[in-house]
Amino acid sequence: MSTLIEINDLSKVYERGRQKVEVLHGVNLAIAEGDFLALMGPSGSGKTTLLNLIGGLDTPTGGSLSVAGERIDRMSGGQLARWRAAHVGFVFQFYNLMPMLSAQRNVELPLLLTKLSASQRRQNASVALQLVGLADRASHKPSELSGGQQQRVAIARAIVSDPTLLVCDEPTGDLDRQSAEDILGLLRELNREHGKTIVMVTHDPKAAEYANHTLHLDKGALVEQAAA
Amino acid sequence: MKYLHLIWAALFRRKSRTFLTLVSILAAFLLFGMLDATRAAFSSGGSVVGVDRLITTSRYSIIQSLPSSLATRMQAVPGVKTVGHANWFGGIYQDPKNFVLSFAVSDNYLDIYHEIQLSPEQRKAFETTRTGAIVGEALAKRFGWKVGDKVPLQSTIFPQRNGDKTWPFDIVGIYTPAKGAANGTDQQFFFHYKYFQEANAYRSLGDTVGWYAIQLTSADKADSVAKAIDALSANSDHETKTQTEQAFNASFAKQLGDIGLIVSAIMGAVFFTLILLTGNTMAQAVRERTNELAVLKTIGFSSRSVLGMVLAEGVLLLVLGGVLGLAIAAVLVPIVAKGSGGMLNLPPIGAQTWLLGIALMVAIGALVGALPAIRAMRLNIVDALAGR
Repeated sequence: MSTLIEINDLSKVYERGRQKVEVLHGVNLAIAEGDFLALMGPSGSGKTTLLNLIGGLDTPTGGSLSVAGERIDRMSGGQLARWRAAHVGFVFQFYNLMPMLSAQRNVELPLLLTKLSASQRRQNASVALQLVGLADRASHKPSELSGGQQQRVAIARAIVSDPTLLVCDEPTGDLDRQSAEDILGLLRELNREHGKTIVMVTHDPKAAEYANHTLHLDKGALVEQAAA
Repeated sequence: MKYLHLIWAALFRRKSRTFLTLVSILAAFLLFGMLDATRAAFSSGGSVVGVDRLITTSRYSIIQSLPSSLATRMQAVPGVKTVGHANWFGGIYQDPKNFVLSFAVSDNYLDIYHEIQLSPEQRKAFETTRTGAIVGEALAKRFGWKVGDKVPLQSTIFPQRNGDKTWPFDIVGIYTPAKGAANGTDQQFFFHYKYFQEANAYRSLGDTVGWYAIQLTSADKADSVAKAIDALSANSDHETKTQTEQAFNASFAKQLGDIGLIVSAIMGAVFFTLILLTGNTMAQAVRERTNELAVLKTIGFSSRSVLGMVLAEGVLLLVLGGVLGLAIAAVLVPIVAKGSGGMLNLPPIGAQTWLLGIALMVAIGALVGALPAIRAMRLNIVDALAGR
């Protein structure tokens, strides 16, 4: 498998007032296309920061970060927005759905940034909802869905524009065990059957077991690599 | 347009708050519509009819009359075509609330006011009937008058010589105002000055008129003729003030107060309050959606798109409430005008008021949306998602 994500000597420093906090330093990592990687580590270890950098939500202070050969660390804010829209799907711990929109409309959101017609957008969103097993809940608002169902809608939203990369930040952190296993099973299916490259941050070793690889971060550096 | 459902959903995220804000916007634009109609009622309404006419009044007060002998001397001034005159009557019909804009006018008055359009038969009947009166079609409609009716008007000022304040009139004509005539032209009542002068109890005060209306040979002679006419009475006990009809109408309205200034001051205060109120609501609404805006940016919406959506939300809020408010004003204005018994000739809310209103809605909407929109545009995704 070819390398999708290549990270070299990556560092990130946050300025909080006069204080400079180095959250990541000297991270080197290569993630193959089609991989399912779990990032683990204690709170404050820098795993979410690394995920944000990989997803193009933030820019590094030093080093280089390439995704599919594109140096996203050199992109402007506008370029990064366009890049995210085309290549990355995001799944958050608290789902982050629009409360006033139906499941269908939530899933359609990323497609508003494409040139697809309204009927094509509806059709694609229906397919995505079908894929996550929620076709019958398309007209429901998030408040009318369970946590697990909301996370499925979030996953449908993440995959609807057929991105190369899925970035998941604690996707099961707010779910009960059964719902968590369902979501993780769905992510594994997306990885194995649809070829999505997934980078997932988790605290839960059981969740990490669904990934192909697990990497551990501590104090802003990769400390360990273990096969799942 | 494909973001419209998103903007709409954001706007009605908290229905009760949005409803209350809409009601306040509606009230502001309802007031705007009513007050703008009031302002228009007291202005010439942009009419160009009468640009070749002058009005001569007493220099000191419109209620001070002028000698009728002045007419012959005014007629001799170069540039003057016709000199007519009129007198305020202050008529009411049956009930004090039924005020009638009534004037005792000279025989040649209709030669000066061409916009009062009367059929030749009715004009002839007016000329030959001592107690004859002609009325505007709107006024006739208001009281159900028709040609041939005998109508008693009570004057608030002038009793007849027998002490009776009720004056009988014969409606001999119903006129139609020409296109472009000033607001309220169709609400007036004209009768003969001769009848008024012969029958009124104040005749002993002398042969006087209320004011003169002068038809010019050419509109561009207005300045020189006005000066020449005023010079005729300089240093006398009846000094005059001659001005164009539009200036006269404006100064007449100003005797009640500077309506334009009053309206502007009230609207300024109303819109200032509206900006504070709606601005606060918008800021609060956007602050509550920080996380959602961050999610939109996360999935690829550009900062400009987010800015545009929040701005559009402000404009949509104002346009929704404002259009409703102006529409209600458009319905209420004729009702208020009718209810005023002719005291307020409120013109219907026209295209100009709608255009100004919509421009104000868009401007205020953009203004109240600007700060939250800029904040949303500058939102740092990572901080916003982390709740910082």
